[in-house]
Amino acid sequence: MVPMKAVPDLVEEIDLTADETGIDPEYLKFVLNEWDAQALEEALLIKDGSGAEVIAVGVSSDTDIDQILYTAIAKGADAAVKLVDSRLAGEPPTAGPRVAERAALVASYLSEVPADLVITGVQASDDPDGQLPSALAALLDLPHASVVVSVEIDGGSVVVRQEFAGGRSHELEVQLPAVIGVQSARQPPRYAPITRIRQAMQAGGLTEMAMSPAPVLSRLGVRRMHKPESTGHAEMLTGNVGEVADQIVALLRSRGLLKG
Amino acid sequence: MVLAEHLGNQVSEATYELMGKARELATALGGLTEVLLLGPSELAAQLSGADIVVSVQDAVLDEYLPEAYERVLSQVLAARSPRLLLMSHATIGLDLGAALSVRWDAPLASYVSALEIEAGLVTATAQILGGKVLADVELPGERAIVTVSGGAFTAAAVQPSGMPEVVSFEPTGLDSLRMSLRRVVEADAGDVDISSAETLVSVGRGIESQDNLEIVLDLAEALGVPLSASRPVVDAGWLPKTRQVGQSGVKVKPRAYLAFGISGAPEHLEGMRDAELIIACNTDPGAPIFSVAHYGTTADLFDLVPELVDKVTR
Repeated sequence: MVPMKAVPDLVEEIDLTADETGIDPEYLKFVLNEWDAQALEEALLIKDGSGAEVIAVGVSSDTDIDQILYTAIAKGADAAVKLVDSRLAGEPPTAGPRVAERAALVASYLSEVPADLVITGVQASDDPDGQLPSALAALLDLPHASVVVSVEIDGGSVVVRQEFAGGRSHELEVQLPAVIGVQSARQPPRYAPITRIRQAMQAGGLTEMAMSPAPVLSRLGVRRMHKPESTGHAEMLTGNVGEVADQIVALLRSRGLLKG
Repeated sequence: MVLAEHLGNQVSEATYELMGKARELATALGGLTEVLLLGPSELAAQLSGADIVVSVQDAVLDEYLPEAYERVLSQVLAARSPRLLLMSHATIGLDLGAALSVRWDAPLASYVSALEIEAGLVTATAQILGGKVLADVELPGERAIVTVSGGAFTAAAVQPSGMPEVVSFEPTGLDSLRMSLRRVVEADAGDVDISSAETLVSVGRGIESQDNLEIVLDLAEALGVPLSASRPVVDAGWLPKTRQVGQSGVKVKPRAYLAFGISGAPEHLEGMRDAELIIACNTDPGAPIFSVAHYGTTADLFDLVPELVDKVTR
């Protein structure tokens, strides 16, 4: 089971809403959370290796979630499910901290449709209130490990490598069912050709499920969102590309950093 | 309460940063700074800045094991009732933060760069979207959890000497764990030690694909220096982990750091902000990297890098 989430594309500039309590979705491009893409790849690698069934799970209030789920199918997921939180109908996607609600929603789905292995991205770039794998595992009382860079099935357990700073890692054996938070997959996420994504969309087959999870615990209150104030700023180089290149070369040369 | 982080018998730098902040907050509240140490109790000697070290010793805790730590923490939090639990936003914090938020029924703010207690209310600033946006948040209630960005707070310049007061805690339930540590894998000795390079050509998400790496590789070769990268490039598998600059990779302090297509997420800046000369190239004028770079340009790296290669090799 691969819970997936749409987040603002980090390559773009991000605007805030006028009242500064949220992110303005108007000009934002939403993409699949990069860590969820890694998690999906890891799930598909397990499927390639041992023939597991992979189900991608999304939340209906995420922008462009249909596209994301169909892409997962095009990449090899066996099915995709879109969860609808009956309590949140109509609420805009950028309304406040969401990990707790998301975890409650996915947990209620997983209580009805249990999975042997829940594998999702270690975090999402736009969550200030924690990480999904950890919250989900606590709600379901399942063993979990996050910041994982490889996942392999070994009988009724899963063997994972949990990574720490400086490249050190631990190899853990975790009994199934379990929740794993993926940092990166064993290989870069595979590519799904547009034609296959379109085929998936035409075939339809996204299952929608309405859930009414229990009320959410301990939410953060967002007072204000703002851009960081720089304590300093780079001197911006001007001129055309050639001139900028000349200036950079001069900077390096003046410090004796160029060979010859 | 600060959760002490230790790897290979050494208390981490991040732990001291958290202790410094905890001391500041505790003093303002007239409370105490407790440091929770799971694992070898001798490490308490490295924690003399704490008022109390709560020591929990058990063979299964010698190295970090998620379920073991989570069980012990849940028990300790219930028993000691700290006002605030501080953890570093590294693997342990990412693993346990949200889980403990559920189990201890406490709000959690993640990847925090600022933290205060104002009239009894915990407030913090969480970094989101790779540090491009800051969220000022409130954590209501009688208890809260915060995972802290590396380098956000400063450790006390001098740690006091002598042993702190140590209180032992006996955990239960460590014999019914559903996971085990099979082995510890030390960091790769690796190809190149980027921390010893005088100059680094560094590449980020802006390079867009593994095939395009050739462009910056040409520049690195022309300059006779190694190619390094930010986390997304390494996670994508385009360069090995040994090339990763940042808090969870390698910290570097070269004489020159040339950043191409790197936006400057907090965990990256933490790894290179002390470089003597930082030149950043990013088409987004709002990219956080420009706040630490000495010189910058919004020129497109795909235009600029070949020009640089040309001029350098002439």
